Amino acid sequence: MSAATHTPAALDVPRHHAFGRFCRAYAKRPAGLAGLGLLVAFGVLALAAPLFIGDDQLNVIKVDGPQLSPPVDGYPLGTDQAGRSVLLLVIWGARESLSIGLIATALTVVLGSAVGLLAGHYQGWVGKVLMHVTDWFIALPSLPLAISLSAVLGQGAASITIAIAVTSWTATARLVRAQTLAVEARPFIERAKVLGAGNTQIMIRHVLPNVMPLILVSSTLTVASAILSEATLTFLGLGDPTGVTWGSMLQAALMGGAVTAGAWWYLMPPGIAILVVVLGFTLVGRAVEHVLNPRMVTR
Amino acid sequence: MSSLAAAGPAKAKGQGAARSGFLPYLAGKLGAALVSFLVTLVIGFVIFSLMPADPVRTLTRGRPTSEAQLTQIRLQLGLDDPIWRRFLTFVGDTLRGELGYSWQFQQSVSSLVADRLWPTLLLMGSAAALSIALGLWLGIRSGWRHGSLFDRIASGASITLWSVPTFWLGMILLVAFSVGVGPIPSLLPAGGMSDPSLPQEGWAHIVDVAKHLVLPCLTMVLVVFAQYVTVMRSSIIDEMGSPYLLTARAKGLTDDAVRRRHAVPNALLPSVTMIFMHLGILVSGAITVEAVYSWPGLGYLTYEALRIPDLPLLQGTFIVFSASVIIMNLLADVVYRFLDPRVRAQ
Repeated sequence: MSAATHTPAALDVPRHHAFGRFCRAYAKRPAGLAGLGLLVAFGVLALAAPLFIGDDQLNVIKVDGPQLSPPVDGYPLGTDQAGRSVLLLVIWGARESLSIGLIATALTVVLGSAVGLLAGHYQGWVGKVLMHVTDWFIALPSLPLAISLSAVLGQGAASITIAIAVTSWTATARLVRAQTLAVEARPFIERAKVLGAGNTQIMIRHVLPNVMPLILVSSTLTVASAILSEATLTFLGLGDPTGVTWGSMLQAALMGGAVTAGAWWYLMPPGIAILVVVLGFTLVGRAVEHVLNPRMVTR
Repeated sequence: MSSLAAAGPAKAKGQGAARSGFLPYLAGKLGAALVSFLVTLVIGFVIFSLMPADPVRTLTRGRPTSEAQLTQIRLQLGLDDPIWRRFLTFVGDTLRGELGYSWQFQQSVSSLVADRLWPTLLLMGSAAALSIALGLWLGIRSGWRHGSLFDRIASGASITLWSVPTFWLGMILLVAFSVGVGPIPSLLPAGGMSDPSLPQEGWAHIVDVAKHLVLPCLTMVLVVFAQYVTVMRSSIIDEMGSPYLLTARAKGLTDDAVRRRHAVPNALLPSVTMIFMHLGILVSGAITVEAVYSWPGLGYLTYEALRIPDLPLLQGTFIVFSASVIIMNLLADVVYRFLDPRVRAQ
């Protein structure tokens, strides 16, 4: 009993130090800090948006701005075909784009980790079958699969989220499986088995905490590709037709003649927003990867 | 990157099992490709035949239909058959090249796909050739002098372009070079593959198509070349510390010759697999680019199918896209065997 109560305390101290060391090493990577700054800025804007944007500025019927006008007084980024401010639309679009990206990533990571853990732990036929399924999904072209899925499930955020998760869990699964195999080869797993730990206990209590850091790193990179996929799918018209996202703004621009009218002010902001957020997540992910994997530091 | 690293050992093991000769190796790979294709068919069947609530309702949407007519359509489509029989019919039809009947075009999906294949191949082929050449050249240069200014600019540009949504870049290029903004005049045609007012044959037609090709091709190249830069750069860096390069230098070869004759051939091996796998991904990229430029290929066909949604047509393009990815992966395995003496020799 005393050993059991002692162990967490003994573990906590080095973990705490490790976190501090991680933060200091991360702070030395300017690209990572820049990425983090960009993401925090977008996150705050998206969360605070309802404070200064109301239905009056977003509802096509209620707005009274000039139609498809270049930047003028009161509309710093110009207006769309209905006379809505492009600046406000981009800020509002961040909400849905970010939340779909994050929820899809959460689903992806949970699905991928579960498959990876099971495939790594049960190395018999269960693991073989799971890895075959993973390989088949890797071989499928992701965009056509995502398009088909969300077309069948119907327009909307939910079907896009599911489509993204179904097409992107494979990378996480392979990564988690490889790491699970490495962890399970270590002596403390054998010790746990000898002490009578069951399969579930080994996976949840012993393997998962050791795989977790890796999962978190890969999920920052997953968010980047999930946001890109979300933009692509809403651009193709699979999103909720009434919602405002960066992808649906670009779709409206292509459909509504903003492109043929040369309305660059309407095209630039949503695209730059996607670019900045994706770049932000990529930079953060790479910085964390470099900090956690010293072999890569020289690259 | 991580998935590539994970794929490495598994691949090596698979090749080890079939090292005896080329034919058994090819047979094994062909078998695996067939199994993947069958799995694709299963997934396609689940998505398009089992998931939609009632295809007959979608088919007759907006038209008054009597109960007897509904039953008649259900019977015609074989919707009341047991699932296994429907699946076998579907597989048989697909293998015979019958991909169904498009609701929107009132034409068989196979003939639609055949019509649109050539434009997509033209766009993808030119984009792939250019981006592979550009990506490998930049990757070799920046890997060889990694940390240099050239490397930092090339890597920075490629990671930024990688974060750009393809369709957005396409729209920006469209506005800038086709519609014309400010001082830039309208230089290139806006969409489609050729100008219908010009003759559809001869030299004038080729020039016309080439003009229409410039912007979509440029869009795909700009987004895709980044991946080749990253892969080539890191595989050059992997080779940098190898002793054989030291030997080559000790022989008195110039830096250029060491890079060209010794480092690059070895570093190319992992990139070749990546190139072929990415060719499959390029197919997907074609969907958004073709949608933006109304390029009459398979991607645009998918986009047109989506707007209805025309499920048989979508199913057909899904199967064609998946099959092309599987073929690319098969080619990657075969080419790899020819290129890598270590796999071939034994």
